[in-house]
Amino acid sequence: MGRITLENVTKRFGDVEVIPPLNLDINDGEFVVFVGPSGCGKSTLLRLIAGLEDTSGGRILIDGQDATATPPAKRGLAMVFQSYALYPHMSVRKNIAFPMRMAGVPQDEQDRRIEAAAKALNLTNYLDRKPGQLSGGQRQRVAIGRAIVREPSAFLFDEPLSNLDAALRVGMRLEISELHNRLDTTMIYVTHDQVEAMTMADKIVVLQAGRIEQVGSPMELYRAPKNLFVAGFIGSPKMNLIEGPTAAEFGATTIGVRPEHIAVSGTEGRWKGRIGVSEHLGSDTFFYVEDTGLAETITVRAGGNIDLHHGDTVWLTPDIAEMHRFDARGDRIA
Amino acid sequence: MATRQTASLARLMRAPAIILLLIWMIVPLGMTLYYSFLNYNLLNPAGTSWAGWFNYRYFYTDPAFFDAIRNTLVLVLGVLVITVVGGIAIALLIDKPIWGQGIVRILIISPFFVMPPVAALIWKNMIMHPSYGVFADIAKFFGAQPVDWFAQFPLTSIIIIVAWQWLPFATLILLTALQSLDGEQMEAAEMDGAGALSRFIHLTLPHMARAITVVILIQTIFLLGIYAEILVTTNGGPGNASTNLTYLIYRAARLNFDIGGAAAGGIIAVILANLVAIFLMRAVGKNLD
Repeated sequence: MGRITLENVTKRFGDVEVIPPLNLDINDGEFVVFVGPSGCGKSTLLRLIAGLEDTSGGRILIDGQDATATPPAKRGLAMVFQSYALYPHMSVRKNIAFPMRMAGVPQDEQDRRIEAAAKALNLTNYLDRKPGQLSGGQRQRVAIGRAIVREPSAFLFDEPLSNLDAALRVGMRLEISELHNRLDTTMIYVTHDQVEAMTMADKIVVLQAGRIEQVGSPMELYRAPKNLFVAGFIGSPKMNLIEGPTAAEFGATTIGVRPEHIAVSGTEGRWKGRIGVSEHLGSDTFFYVEDTGLAETITVRAGGNIDLHHGDTVWLTPDIAEMHRFDARGDRIA
Repeated sequence: MATRQTASLARLMRAPAIILLLIWMIVPLGMTLYYSFLNYNLLNPAGTSWAGWFNYRYFYTDPAFFDAIRNTLVLVLGVLVITVVGGIAIALLIDKPIWGQGIVRILIISPFFVMPPVAALIWKNMIMHPSYGVFADIAKFFGAQPVDWFAQFPLTSIIIIVAWQWLPFATLILLTALQSLDGEQMEAAEMDGAGALSRFIHLTLPHMARAITVVILIQTIFLLGIYAEILVTTNGGPGNASTNLTYLIYRAARLNFDIGGAAAGGIIAVILANLVAIFLMRAVGKNLD
């Protein structure tokens, strides 16, 4: 079981309130991603749940039990750190065994769990190596192995992939998702990368300055961002945000259109502009259209075979049905 | 960079320094070796003659010789134990953020700046003196008989003085090691259920192994040659109770004016130091690679 409830959890460092009172429910078996720009308090929130920081107010419930004052080791949570935090002088086997050794698990049970974890994580051949002899991805897997053998009620991940190169990151992303499907344990995952959030999460929590901006499934956040911040943060490339008279035409202060919801044509359309930079990815093409009079640049996604280039004059037509409208306070107009 | 020209140029450029160092080392060593085979006494320099192995035999059969070796080893080992254990303890304490941290650290390091004879004199006359030392005052306050440190525990007293001088060095080196310990590792261990003692044994100590090795090696080099503290406090006595090898050589050269005997003792000291060095490198040197 791994149901975690935050009730009015607050964190202050001196006079600075990093996290104003915050409420959140995390259900058993859910994959929850905390996402937000750096300094938004997402790591602090994770450390509060882990017990590595003390709360300044409010309660943390784990499976209905008040765990606010429980020391980290007793909360039944396992954490994977950004730096992996492996013990450098211990072999992989000893690293993975460490939490069990501390808990006094019998030796044969330890061996069984280490074998199982090593097999699941492709580490069997590396058990006698030291962390210094492993690649970044392997170290990451050892850190995950060390978390798995504790059989925790929830896993906490603190930006676990940010030290890996792009290709490995995609691979590890899949492995962590598979792990979640197999173990069916609650996972809380902190990242600043909205792609990781979109691809892995059952539920995304978007944070800004310690406040929760929106909670929902990836598609909810994509289809119906609650405010301008979420609209700008979720989706890659970013949503185009247009203000002024064009927005007023649609009865809003700001309108948002995603690059994939704008049709581009060389001959006719609603808004005229000139192509600045164009990025041909093969499967897609991204145009950064200038001189539209709407915003500095309008990002547009087109098919991979379109024959338009830098300097061409183009016409853009937004899909009105997929348009997002925001009021003067930045909130979504239903 | 490492072409043949630059390599030979580099060799040429560093040759003067290396040659100078070599001369600096070889000439005194060679002269000591040469004197150790001579009958050479400053009271009768005209009677200098070839002595063969006599000086070595003489030193070896001197009853003070084995006392001196034992005292040397006890002194080195005693100081090492106190400074390493004490250094770790103090480093752990001053690693914690406290009010006035800067001043506390300077105070802890300051004994290292006091030169050895001065430190020994302060200890002798102001701290350990049986009638007006601080220890005597404390003993009298509790109604106990003051301890005459240098008469009753001569070697222990010197170990205490030398350990006091070297504790700052050990603390400083161990503190820097402690500060480079990764905070996330400690947090991971905390989440893994390791208590403060387990974290110290399984994380802090292995992390400091290299620094401890450095402390042991460097201190051993200097502790084998302790001399000033003995000279100004016990003069090697009572009897030979606080005579170490260095002091024994000093006695031969400066009190008996026996240059040949002292040189033989010096060579024996060099051999002993090398034995200790080999033993140490075997025992703890693997931490350094």
